[in-house]
Amino acid sequence: MFFGKLDGKFAPYLFIAPFFIIFGVFNLFPTAFMFHVSLHDWSMIGGNGGFVGWANYAFLLTDTKFWNALLNTLAIFVIAVVPQLLLALLLADVLNRRIRFQGFFRVATILPYVTSIAAMAIVFGQLFGRDFGLINLALDTIGIDPIDWRSNRFASWVALAVMVDWRWLGFNTLIYLAAMQTIPRDLYESASIDGASRLRQFWQITIPMVRPTVLFTVIISTIGQMQLFTEPVIFSADYSGGNQNQFQTVAMLMFDEARRLDNFGYGAAIAWVIFLLIVVFSLINVLFVSRIRGAS
Amino acid sequence: MALVGSAAVLAVSGCSGDTETDGEVELVLETFGTFGYDAVIEEFEEETGYTVDHRVYGEQPDFAEALEQNIAAGSGAGDVVALEEAHIVQMLEQGEAFVDLNDFGAGDMEDQFLDWKWELGQTTDGQLVGLGTDVGSLAICYRWDLFEEAGLPTDREEVGELWPEWEDYLSAGQEFRDADTDAAFVADVGEVYTAITRQAGGEIYFAEADDELIVADNPVVRDAFDFSVELVDEDLSAGLDTFTDDWTAAIQAGTFATMPCPAWMLGQVEDSAGEDGEGLWDVADVPGDGGNWGGSWLAVPEQSENPEAAAELAMFLAGPEGQLNAWEEANNLPSNLEVLESDEVQDTVREYFNDAPTGEIFASVAADLQPYYMGPGHVAVHEDATNPIDEMQRGGISADDAWDQLIEGAERAAR
Repeated sequence: MFFGKLDGKFAPYLFIAPFFIIFGVFNLFPTAFMFHVSLHDWSMIGGNGGFVGWANYAFLLTDTKFWNALLNTLAIFVIAVVPQLLLALLLADVLNRRIRFQGFFRVATILPYVTSIAAMAIVFGQLFGRDFGLINLALDTIGIDPIDWRSNRFASWVALAVMVDWRWLGFNTLIYLAAMQTIPRDLYESASIDGASRLRQFWQITIPMVRPTVLFTVIISTIGQMQLFTEPVIFSADYSGGNQNQFQTVAMLMFDEARRLDNFGYGAAIAWVIFLLIVVFSLINVLFVSRIRGAS
Repeated sequence: MALVGSAAVLAVSGCSGDTETDGEVELVLETFGTFGYDAVIEEFEEETGYTVDHRVYGEQPDFAEALEQNIAAGSGAGDVVALEEAHIVQMLEQGEAFVDLNDFGAGDMEDQFLDWKWELGQTTDGQLVGLGTDVGSLAICYRWDLFEEAGLPTDREEVGELWPEWEDYLSAGQEFRDADTDAAFVADVGEVYTAITRQAGGEIYFAEADDELIVADNPVVRDAFDFSVELVDEDLSAGLDTFTDDWTAAIQAGTFATMPCPAWMLGQVEDSAGEDGEGLWDVADVPGDGGNWGGSWLAVPEQSENPEAAAELAMFLAGPEGQLNAWEEANNLPSNLEVLESDEVQDTVREYFNDAPTGEIFASVAADLQPYYMGPGHVAVHEDATNPIDEMQRGGISADDAWDQLIEGAERAAR
């Protein structure tokens, strides 16, 4: 009897405990410890080199490399995510209609997502080669001069945005598709009867109905993009992101400082700033989208 | 037989199965790239009855990162680990993380080695951390077929005589350029910059006395930089960053004619150029004085559970048999004088490189090599200092900007 009561009280907590224990050990503790490290002069082998207070954060505010990396990260985010989400919406709308081989197309959109990022980045890295890359060879045939994709800043952003979109387009498309399938069919039917065009139905029914899902994908994309790392690292072949840090992201700078230059304290400070930035951007997203929702 | 004794003790004390299976000694050797140890490890295993697990990492920076992590964690490092020249100064500062090889009788080997190579393996208080493996004396690799096309001499002796000094190398480049072969003269001026700074010997970025950053005032750096600017201004550079995909593709396509080649670079060229490039490359003397570029040491981390057997392996690999084998397998130039002067090395010709007598070319310089002082931050500073040079040769920035960024990058990296 006694245990039966206990069961009722504690069982739910026991069931969720594995997640929270693992979360505590592998997320919460490292995050808190990292904050501790960020207040110190710390190196990998030497370990703690003394308390420095907020010095790492103060340096970060004046560090041109940090602002450069932040600009790169945000620019790649904008170039990648805006067209990606718009395209995903359109694709999802198409896949939501009755088309031939519907199942095949739905599976095909998600295939890039399940390929390894590293493998994909290596292939794209070669496509975007300066002297022998396929893309430059193709541009050459239509009379455009070869582009140095790793040296020209804007070109490097575009190259990375292409990689990001290649990977995430299908993922977002399927999420939108799932959301669209929950929209009652009779809404469209009555709109048709009232004479609304396909485009009008898309803007007036589909978009408002999937708005919460758009918020979700924007937040997920923000979190992912603020941590953009693997693609540019492989594209660059190191943490520098181009000879001038043309496409060094904040996450790369964090690794560059912590691993190559052995400034663990400063690396930890950058990691914390990335975390704070993600929180801030997510809040902005929530406010922004709820404002839109309130207005409609 | 102290070695057998220690193995037995470890077995009784129930040491983890990681280094020990059924009372047998199992050693882990960690290297990167190509050390050319396959045959000599088998020999060692036969002689001692130990088992050696040779773990090879692809590139040195990845390996250095993993090793540092394992040293910091106090476990996970191999029993014998390779330390590259770029890495050894930092590791010497962590002397307590490694055993003193003098304790295992390695001190007796001193006479076998090039003096400076031996010195660099020691901490300031005389602890012997690393035993020298290879050194990287310099030469120039060139495409004789492109030289022929441009009307330059193709014979390696004559090519070497073409450029006693770097200025002559520049003139040869102008002649090559004017012949319009479609190929650039040099792959990457950053490599020329590196070669010249190293040939100068002595200090590059850091003062030997107090490790102060002297990059802005050191004429060695400025001169090497100015020469790389000249090469770019004369339109002699292919603007390739060495070891990138574009660089590999360019070697295969034959779009440049020369590159500075430390001994170990030959293997990289051969791998990158593949079968199609066989016989097209040749090796000539480097302009200026001999200079060292690269090379490694072997060390035994303190965390090894079998330091005696590990030291034995390190001594064997750094000894005459190991070094000769590494030369034969991978053309890693010995730092062991005895091997360096042996007929086996002196008479070596490399078929792939148009039968170039690589033994003679590289070994003749090795004895006169001057070591240069690196300082603990050399690697990071060098990387950040050469990035602007690479950008300049791609046409991304002007020479003045490149110089400013070189100083700025060096200062930031040494922070």
